[in-house]
Amino acid sequence: METIINTTKLDVFRSHLTPTAINLPSAIVQEVNAVLDQTDFPTTRQEAWKYTRVGKIAAISAQQGITPSDDTSFPIIDQEAYTIHVVNGQPIWTTAQDKLPQGVHIKTLSSCNEAELQQLFEKKIQGIDVFQALNIAYLTDGLFITVDENVSIDHPIQLLHLNTTDSQVSNVSHFISAHKGSKASFIIGSLSSANSNSFTNSSLNVHVAENATLTIDKLQVEEEGNLIVSNELVTQENGSTFTINTITLNGSLVRNNLTIEVDGTNCTTNLNGAYLLKGNQHVDNHTVVDHKQPHCNSNELYKGVMDDQSTGVFNGKVFVREDAQKINAFQSNGNVLLSDSATINSKPELEIYADDVKCSHGSTTGQLDEEAVFYLRARGLSEASARQLLVSAFISDVLDKIENDAVGTFIDDVLSNRFGWQR
Amino acid sequence: MGYTENELAKDLENQEYKFGFVTNIESDKAPKGLNEGIIRFISEKKNEPEWLLEFRLKAFETWKEMTEPEWAHVHYEKPDFQDITYYSAPKQTKKYESWDDVDPELKETMKKLGISMEEQQRLTGVAVDFVMDSVSVATSFKAKLKELGIVFCSFSDAVQEYPDLVKKYMGSVVPMTDNFYAALNSAVFTDGSFCYIPKGVRCPMELSTYFRINEGGTGQFERTLVVADEGSYVSYLEGCTAPQRDENQLHAAVVELIALDHAEIKYSTVQNWYPGDKDGKGGVFNFVTKRGVCEKQAKISWTQVETGSAVTWKYPSCILKGDYSIGEFYSVAVTNNYQQADTGTKMVHLGKNTKSTIISKGISAGKSQNSYRGLVQIHKNASNARNFSQCDSLLMTDECGAHTFPYIECKNSSAKIEHEATTSKIGEDQIFYCLQRGISEEKAISLIVNGYCKEVLNQLPMEFAVEAQKLLAISLEGSVG
Repeated sequence: METIINTTKLDVFRSHLTPTAINLPSAIVQEVNAVLDQTDFPTTRQEAWKYTRVGKIAAISAQQGITPSDDTSFPIIDQEAYTIHVVNGQPIWTTAQDKLPQGVHIKTLSSCNEAELQQLFEKKIQGIDVFQALNIAYLTDGLFITVDENVSIDHPIQLLHLNTTDSQVSNVSHFISAHKGSKASFIIGSLSSANSNSFTNSSLNVHVAENATLTIDKLQVEEEGNLIVSNELVTQENGSTFTINTITLNGSLVRNNLTIEVDGTNCTTNLNGAYLLKGNQHVDNHTVVDHKQPHCNSNELYKGVMDDQSTGVFNGKVFVREDAQKINAFQSNGNVLLSDSATINSKPELEIYADDVKCSHGSTTGQLDEEAVFYLRARGLSEASARQLLVSAFISDVLDKIENDAVGTFIDDVLSNRFGWQR
Repeated sequence: MGYTENELAKDLENQEYKFGFVTNIESDKAPKGLNEGIIRFISEKKNEPEWLLEFRLKAFETWKEMTEPEWAHVHYEKPDFQDITYYSAPKQTKKYESWDDVDPELKETMKKLGISMEEQQRLTGVAVDFVMDSVSVATSFKAKLKELGIVFCSFSDAVQEYPDLVKKYMGSVVPMTDNFYAALNSAVFTDGSFCYIPKGVRCPMELSTYFRINEGGTGQFERTLVVADEGSYVSYLEGCTAPQRDENQLHAAVVELIALDHAEIKYSTVQNWYPGDKDGKGGVFNFVTKRGVCEKQAKISWTQVETGSAVTWKYPSCILKGDYSIGEFYSVAVTNNYQQADTGTKMVHLGKNTKSTIISKGISAGKSQNSYRGLVQIHKNASNARNFSQCDSLLMTDECGAHTFPYIECKNSSAKIEHEATTSKIGEDQIFYCLQRGISEEKAISLIVNGYCKEVLNQLPMEFAVEAQKLLAISLEGSVG
């Protein structure tokens, strides 16, 4: 009998990758490989990828495993933070492990035993997509971070991802568990310095236990030409507060899948995002806020400025499940197009199954107000600086929500270097 | 077999569906199933020209390759397309010379629907093209319209009498390959309405068509084509009620509007197909493709009040092709019991300085699911395009759902797009206010709902607005717990 072998783009992509060296239970590895064997990269015919083509990722012939020596210096966002660099998918302890604050435990996945890994990964493999499956099957490494009960950390923990060589593919997976009553903040940065085609496929699972407060500032400032797909799953318990600020300023293709399951009462969830694009950048933010329990608040604000031939995609979804009464969920997306070749695709969605709720969403797309530009010009500002001022005012709604000054300064530096203006 | 007051009283008692009765007119039916033979049979029955048969067959070929869409937020048992009768015409095939020749039973049916022909002819300025089981049997005011050069007739008559116009415009807005149901319709459509307004003519009356599914198990595949020539104006009304049935009936219509330069078309719909009983059994599947194209400075306005159907899947759209053209969409969608509605609009901005407005009001009660799904697309050359969308949802019980899925795609930097959506229930303070002033809770809710929908109802022509308000009240009766 003749057998027809169809080689998919995914098969070709996988042939360049090295299977994970992490001690994952074999059942899990088998399952994700089974998923990968049966599928291919998503196409724009799939609703979740309608506006984003992943051809650039599929075309990478991955280079793997070059780890620079520890003494190389890498960029740091917040000098006071506890820092771990993840270089080409491998963690490097920039702050020595014994210098970590009390009550914070950080372990690399490569140092975890099989039982621990089983616990971390068993829930992850349900209904995974191609990128999540790739992340596990070719996992380079990751961190398992716990913050003990009622511990409050003085400075943030910063995880900075870098790919230093072209076509480097890093599959990293982190787990953050904030125990009851704890308070912590994180800076998660993607700062690849490679020239082109490095790809970070990251995964982050966050658990925020009762009355814990967790803040994440996520900065995506890859050198132009590098690619990111990131999947985040956050679960919240009673009375917890979770805030995430996603700022995307560079990188040729960035896709963020942020899912927040609010599985407790009296929770607060804040999602803020800003994307400033130019050149041929393509940035896609998919967010899901899933309200499963009553008496919660969620606020979502995403703003974007698109210049040149760049494309911005926003897809925000708010679920309010049956019985999740007294929910206040607000979602807002604002966009400014600075060029006629730029594109924005916005899809704010609401799916509501409970009646005693207050939910709203709004989406606007427009351009700078010519009258406002005129007003500023009449007061002696140049055309360029008048526009910069207006863009800056527009985007500041989001940027001002970042509480960490060091992160703010870092963003300002990027803005002035890349866009030539100051906030 | 008169319809006595007692029977009427009984019907009202049942109250499940106001217009659930069957007219006993023998139908000239095609055998069940769908194949090339059936299509040839329909075409032959209707004495169609060769090009139309070819159109049908081509559509059928395309349809066979297509799969049913599944992206809508609705769940239902897919109809078996081989278990449907695709052609059924009332037995009398001869055309009526005058109103007196019309079958008395048919007149009775129309009376029950509240559209007494005599009254309409005498009192109102509404010309009615009454479609019963796919074949048009009564057309009025034809002569008067003819004076102005307006063509308003059944689709099959138009094919015979105005083949050039039909050939030119049919399928130009909704191509037969457009989607699964449009392709199916293109292959098997039996009748519908055709309307042509000549250059510079303002149609003096509201044109309306009453559709009605009659024979059990007969899918209705209507086709409506409205062409408004340069500088003309027409207001077209469409309303439907269907008899109570246990099995699901499929309704896959295609409506095409063409507004040439400076023309305006106002298309209003009151949809009240049988929604199924309290347990979600039966009901009509309403999978409709409606689309209009606007040339320079033309305007198309869709207004719809959707209260019926078990499953609705309907997106009246505007292609704003010409510069300075305008598209409007006003919708009230009410779902009760187990009804599901996935409805909205598409506004495709191609021309410069085009404008669109979307006002959508969803009301869900019982265990129903109500979704708004809309697309606003600004193409590269559509400078200064403007869109405003507002989608509000009202939830009446804790078992229903209200969803919003807007798609906004913008490729032009001078466009301004606003989208706003809110979801909430009726405020207790509002009800309290009414109760305090001696208004019963049910009345209070009706009052609030009517106020909530006012923006849309105001867009309806007078005759429809009254009917629509009644429908809203009926649809929500007993839904508040």
